[in-house]
Amino acid sequence: MSKDIRIKKGLDIKLVGVAEKTTTQSSLSSVYAIKPEDFHGITPKLIAREGAKVKAGEALFYSKSDERILFPSPVSGTVTEVIRGERRKVLTVKIAADAQQDFKDFGVKDASKMTGEEVKNHLFAAGCWPFIKQRPYDVVANPNQTPKAIFISAYASAPLAADLEYTLAGKEVELQAAISAISKLTAGKVHVSVGANSNSPLAKLSGIELHKVSGPHPSGNVGTQIAKIDPINKGEVVWVVAPQDLVIIGELLLTGKFNATRIVALTGSKFAKPQYVAAIIGASVASFTKGNLNTDNTRIISGNVLSGIKIKETGFLRYYDNQITAIPEGDDYEFFGWNKPVFDKVSTTRAFTFSWLNPNKKYDLTTNTNGEHRAFVVTGSYEQVFPLDIYPMQLLKAFMYKDLDEMEALGGYEVAPEDFALTEFICVSKQPHQKIIREGLDLMRQELG
Amino acid sequence: MSLKQNLHNLKEKYKGTKMAPAFNAIHTFLYMPNDVTHGGTHIKAADDLKRTMNMVIISLLPCLLFGMYNAGYQHYAAIDPSLRDNVLANFFTFDNLWIGIIKVLPLVIVSYGVGLGVEFIFAIIKGHEVEEGYLVTGMLVPLIVPIDTPLWMLSVAVVFGVVIGKEVFGGTGMNILNPALTIRAFLFFAYPTWMSGDKVWVYDAVNRAGTVDAISGETVLGSYAQNLTTNYSIFDKFFGFIPGSVGETSTFLILLGAAFLIFTKIGSWRIIVSTFLGAAAMGMIFNQVVAADIITSSSKFYGLMSTAWWEHLMIGGLAFGAVYMATDPVTASQTNKGKWIYGFLIGFISIMIRVFNPAYPEGVFLAILLMNVFAPTIDHYVVQGNVKNRLKRAKVKTA
Repeated sequence: MSKDIRIKKGLDIKLVGVAEKTTTQSSLSSVYAIKPEDFHGITPKLIAREGAKVKAGEALFYSKSDERILFPSPVSGTVTEVIRGERRKVLTVKIAADAQQDFKDFGVKDASKMTGEEVKNHLFAAGCWPFIKQRPYDVVANPNQTPKAIFISAYASAPLAADLEYTLAGKEVELQAAISAISKLTAGKVHVSVGANSNSPLAKLSGIELHKVSGPHPSGNVGTQIAKIDPINKGEVVWVVAPQDLVIIGELLLTGKFNATRIVALTGSKFAKPQYVAAIIGASVASFTKGNLNTDNTRIISGNVLSGIKIKETGFLRYYDNQITAIPEGDDYEFFGWNKPVFDKVSTTRAFTFSWLNPNKKYDLTTNTNGEHRAFVVTGSYEQVFPLDIYPMQLLKAFMYKDLDEMEALGGYEVAPEDFALTEFICVSKQPHQKIIREGLDLMRQELG
Repeated sequence: MSLKQNLHNLKEKYKGTKMAPAFNAIHTFLYMPNDVTHGGTHIKAADDLKRTMNMVIISLLPCLLFGMYNAGYQHYAAIDPSLRDNVLANFFTFDNLWIGIIKVLPLVIVSYGVGLGVEFIFAIIKGHEVEEGYLVTGMLVPLIVPIDTPLWMLSVAVVFGVVIGKEVFGGTGMNILNPALTIRAFLFFAYPTWMSGDKVWVYDAVNRAGTVDAISGETVLGSYAQNLTTNYSIFDKFFGFIPGSVGETSTFLILLGAAFLIFTKIGSWRIIVSTFLGAAAMGMIFNQVVAADIITSSSKFYGLMSTAWWEHLMIGGLAFGAVYMATDPVTASQTNKGKWIYGFLIGFISIMIRVFNPAYPEGVFLAILLMNVFAPTIDHYVVQGNVKNRLKRAKVKTA
């Protein structure tokens, strides 16, 4: 049985540089890097010191709060460098890859014959636990809690997002194995959402509750889907897994190997040929974009333009991302930019901004802020792109003045930073919504647990 | 070196100094800054606060221009009433415009000069950027004052309005009361004898009082409040060929501005529509009271109570208040549901004050200021509804 989710409030930002559906294999990068900051809220405790030899899947560090949660090396090789920041916080662990990849063997498992506890322990051991994230707070799941349901969004609606139907094609067996395993972790349902007209490999899996999603972004955000299917109440927890990570979990179960390869979309106007590439988590971006990426005055983003993280040319593919976006930097002045008619930028108003005339045009947006930071002034605009049953501005303000009672009452448990990406995009006052939400969630997590 | 480069170098030079906000205000007026995103979304929509405010100013320009002609027209028509026989021929004349230029433009210049001066001083003292709020306030103020308002009075009022109405709360976006209406209210309560009566609405009427050349120009509301009738036709009232504050007389142009604001999605159509609805509702109630003979023509309220409800919508400042004042997003209700309630009550209370206020037959600015104060309360209850739904959902779940 499928339950449809139709979103009306939202905005599809159409950009130049959609990835063409061809995939190249990238050669093995010489250096891989894992950054503990990709796992928000985790304090890493190093296992593999500099010089240590590791196999693919062997732990590099564990979580201080729960030492069962291991973070694995994506490749086999030698730990060459551990970069530390203030108070000796681990920022990056770099691994020089062996020419011949050697996988640690975790053993082939049949998920259908495992108990929930066995699945959990297996995921711990193989370093696959971090793929499971939780709401509230949008952090790596706390294994001591039991989720009321598990959500998987196989519909990507973010700007230029990788087409999951394409990147996951042919992975039905792995996906089914992973679903069978993680469904043991909850007493509730495993909700899978696919695009309304898609032929997604996830649509045919068994043991799931299928939902067909339509409407503009953020319809593909798992937060939107949770809100429409089974919203989070105080005291409840749901877990969330990205479909590309399910493939890795599935492969682990079927082969006993931790294979961190995923299909990554290279998108944005700065790519000569936007397309897909098979790359391993933590790979140096240069290793699979060389010759394709114009790095002149370019913003390189691991992830999408709304919620991704800025990385350097010499940066690395982040742990959860399946997309690299490259767009022009906008560090130039624009004469009378605030009052002249605008044809080449996206806007939800018609204030001499003309993107409403041509809804299907693709834009080459830059990183310019198009104005300065101000106090909240305009009202009613966020609601047009915000499909959750929450008052976005009131919640943001509560998060800013840190009133925990209000944060809780207004829906703080139900949101993740990415849910506020569109409101941040259209914000006339150029307020940093996602940062406000992230900091507020951290405070709630610390104070309310 | 180009202007762009020169300004960039100056910006670097002023960075971190006290003068930086003042310089940036001028710089960002000429050039949209070269700021790029850091963290959060990497791209941003085209709109900023300057663009938003600019739309409101553009929507006000027809009212300003019309007000300038009307300033002259009302002056000459008060001297020679026969001019009113052919409005269209006698309205758009250079003589009329000239009076507008010498009387209205100074109001605009003083409003902007004094107001922005205060804004710059506060920005420098408090080290924040000069914010755009006053760009609109500065244009609204000359349009809602009588033509013969002395410039010194306006200056005092503007300083009061900007400092007490806005800056003490922390500047644009933080204020509780609409700054333009705070200025208007200050003028009314500080100089009541000057600001009401039948002289101040027409240029030179004050000076000529008591002489053989004396002229007067009572507003439509003023006449109705005294149970008098006027010679103005519905055409005059709708298109605005009547005495009144500088820019609020033409309901037609105000509606045109409203259409522009709604189309550009800058103004809240919910507030505009609900304000008119509220005013119409109160007008109809009063009409029914008169129809039921509860109030007779001997009552001092008869004039305004018997005014048809639809005529209430086009006389006085109601339309201007509904479109340009009530919609100020900072001081209005911020939730969509709240906006309906807020607007409706503004319209409703406006007409009530209009009818029952003996001293000054205009209630719009008082009604809006009153509802400004109550807007957060309205929002509170609307938001509590959302909170209650959330709690209910949790309870159903556990039950």
